[in-house]
Amino acid sequence: MKDTKSLATQIAFLLIPVAISLAVAAILVTAVGRDPLEVVDALWKGAFKDSRKLGGVVNFWIPLTLVSIGLVVTFRAGLWNIGVEGQMMMGALFASWGAQYLLWDASMSPLLNLALIALSALGGMFWAFVVGLLKIRLGVNEIFGGVALNALVNVISIYMISGPWQPRIGGSAQGTEPFPVPALLPEFSKTFPVNIFMILLVFAAFIVVMIMLNATRWGLNLKAVGKNMRSALLLGVATERASMSAFLVCGALAGIAGSYRVLFTFDNLRPLASGGIGFLGLLVVLLLSIRLLWVPLITFAFAAILTGSTRLQIAPSLKLDSSLAGVLQGMLVLFVILFQGVREIFFPQRAVDAEDIETNENRPNE
Amino acid sequence: MQIELRNIHKRFGPVHANQDISVTFHEGKIVGILGENGAGKSTLMKILSGFQPADQGQILIDGQVIDYTGPTAAIANGIGMLQQDPLDVGAFTVLENFIYGGAEGIALGRAQAEATLDDLSARFGFELDPHQLIDNLLIAQRQQLEIVRLLALGVQTLILDEPTTGISAEQKIILFDALRKLARDEGMIILLVSHKLEDVIELCDEVLVLRAGVLVGDMEMPSADHNLTGAVIAETKQHLVTMMFGEELEAQSREHYDLGKPVLEVDQLLVHDLRLDMQPISMSVQASEVIGLAGLDGSGQELFMRACARLGRITGGNLRLNGDNIVGASYRQLFHRGCVFGAAGRLEEGLIAGLTLTEHTALVADDHMRIDWKSMAKRTASRIDQYRVKGRAADNVEQLSGGNQQRVLMGLLPDDPQLLILEQPTRGLDVDSARWIWTQLLQRCQSGTAIIFNSSDLEELVTYSDRIFVFYAGRVYPVPDVSQTSIDELGHLIGGEFQQA
Ligand SMILES: Nc1ncnc2c1ncn2[C@@H]1O[C@H](COP(=O)(O)OP(=O)(O)OP(=O)(O)O)[C@@H](O)[C@H]1O
Ligand SMILES: [Mg+2]
Repeated sequence: MKDTKSLATQIAFLLIPVAISLAVAAILVTAVGRDPLEVVDALWKGAFKDSRKLGGVVNFWIPLTLVSIGLVVTFRAGLWNIGVEGQMMMGALFASWGAQYLLWDASMSPLLNLALIALSALGGMFWAFVVGLLKIRLGVNEIFGGVALNALVNVISIYMISGPWQPRIGGSAQGTEPFPVPALLPEFSKTFPVNIFMILLVFAAFIVVMIMLNATRWGLNLKAVGKNMRSALLLGVATERASMSAFLVCGALAGIAGSYRVLFTFDNLRPLASGGIGFLGLLVVLLLSIRLLWVPLITFAFAAILTGSTRLQIAPSLKLDSSLAGVLQGMLVLFVILFQGVREIFFPQRAVDAEDIETNENRPNE
Repeated sequence: MQIELRNIHKRFGPVHANQDISVTFHEGKIVGILGENGAGKSTLMKILSGFQPADQGQILIDGQVIDYTGPTAAIANGIGMLQQDPLDVGAFTVLENFIYGGAEGIALGRAQAEATLDDLSARFGFELDPHQLIDNLLIAQRQQLEIVRLLALGVQTLILDEPTTGISAEQKIILFDALRKLARDEGMIILLVSHKLEDVIELCDEVLVLRAGVLVGDMEMPSADHNLTGAVIAETKQHLVTMMFGEELEAQSREHYDLGKPVLEVDQLLVHDLRLDMQPISMSVQASEVIGLAGLDGSGQELFMRACARLGRITGGNLRLNGDNIVGASYRQLFHRGCVFGAAGRLEEGLIAGLTLTEHTALVADDHMRIDWKSMAKRTASRIDQYRVKGRAADNVEQLSGGNQQRVLMGLLPDDPQLLILEQPTRGLDVDSARWIWTQLLQRCQSGTAIIFNSSDLEELVTYSDRIFVFYAGRVYPVPDVSQTSIDELGHLIGGEFQQA
């Protein structure tokens, strides 16, 4: 009874801000003398014109969804894992190391892929562990720790690229040499260039995390710690272990996302290979106020807009900068958060209910 | 000013928290609002002070129907309320809080504000240092600040929701004197929600009694001018209890059990504190024993309890649980060895706002990795029955009334702990519930649990403790023989008059 009503408000409060940001974007586009409908058309074509284009969207969607799922976990534990970008990068570094030094035979390629993915998960976990350690042992806020570690891993990767892993000929800071083919993740086909195993992995991660958060004591511990650390401790929750485990899970997923960037998207290690996807994940999770259920859909929409926006420049009648997509996304997040604030003011009780809808679905109510 | 409530209704889902309540409050009167936990007292007060809208009904001020939304509008209409759980603005100073909380806001100059603040404080004997941080204030001082702030805003009706739960007897006298002054000299209406019947009898001119959302009666209190004898108080109390619970409660007493081996041994324990000069503390607590800690707020008893639970710093001495040194242990390690700490601030420390009762049950259930929500809901339902909680398993804990939150907290304690360290275990509970909680605790004692608790309720201390330790300014004074100690004597000890005993 209460659920239908609050679900309606919930959806309304998600759709209204989306409509507003689209309207504002349209006004912006009109102001610079372009036709908004043409922009929509270009975006659409850029993302879905053919299976290759769709492949591009999926290739963006995979790492974005992985980090977003991870971030739902840290958010559930009340942690702002800004360091997720660096954790992706550390995963990419670990995978890059393996790709260059584990010179396995081509027949072993699937096994090597798995090993590299596992390695990247370790890398991400390692970097997340440091953030967690700083927070738990030394009381360094995870936001500051994360920012610092993001910077550090970037320095490390640039050093590796321009130093030990420098290409033999024409060495520059552009990137390493392409990795040996057995290490790279295979394309499904030339017309649909995506890696199927990773897509499956994303869905597996989604389902496992969903179950873990809602039906296990671990998930409940995270929620308790996220809402009130002090009370959780007094109720017997191992609060430090809970926080750390949230960091580790997020780090592992971010690391895997990083490996996809270097083992599939680029085929080599580049500076900033993570490409801001971690930060985008933070926006996604903020946008959904931690509701895991909608993550894959919203990340898909983000991926489509971003991928499609590359066409804004190419389309002859438009010649718009692709950063328009970024503006649109920024506005989306801003308006959605704004409206959540508005909703909390006018529907305070519903807000509490709505937040718990996801968990209630998985649980008998009375 | 005269306030009339007409046919007020308020529902929360299936709970009819206020049912058709009509009542008039007259100028210059102090009115007590009584009722069991969850009776709807806070709800009614929040409606009157604009924190919640009523579903139906009218509020009339001096005969005019007033329609306001929000506490600011209520204050503008002359009605201000002190919440049951004070709102925190810790990083501000007293003066800043006073200024920013004011309706004129920035327009009011700093110097002028300070003068007003000092003026009001002096008039009521409040000790408020304008430059002190809110975080460093006692609960009583936070209340005083809130009262002064509301007065400066020109409030003519002051609502206090359980103002005496966290404050010392001394502070209570100051508060009550101030409230009397406001009613007598300025004709203000004072509404006081409380579970402490003695307080209500002492202070109020009349009382209203709510039961399950319905106004079931009112009563004039014996006037303080015809000196209140013990007999009059006792009789009035009986009468009130009957109105609240529909039956009389028999006098409370407890059996004393045979004590077992020492559970907690405290040896020259030093607890560090910046404000208090804490002296070394030694005591030994045996199985089945109940140790009561008495003392004014902030005399060191809270520090001591937290240190024992390994939640506070220890700077010297020894602490042993069942013979093992626990100075270096963490609270979690103690928890797993059967030592549980229950804090006074329910929603800050103990319960988790945003989690349902079932989730709380699951959190403390020593269960497998996978949570069986069905059986947890069932277990919660049976706990709700057992602890007579007014609420449902799927309710978020912050939706419950204050007293019911406390019951949930007690219901979450393990069944057979070795040692319970409880801060004010019956804080905010009605008389009946408080007794009932003690029955539960004593059952655990009988099977060997040792209890250390503190309370500002002297009767509770004398009734339930095997031994009492009085804390005074960081010193600890063991009361020689509890059974021979009267509440009066204990009161003197708490005030630091050790020589008399
Ligand atoms: N925000 C809310 N949502 C749902 N139920 C509520 C809410 N506020 C109060 N209730 C319910 O309304 C009833 C009355 O609550 P109220 O807080 O008025 O009780 P009370 O008389 O102040 O009790 P106590 O002495 O324990 O503080 C309770 O059953 C409570 O669970
Ligand atoms: Mg109340």
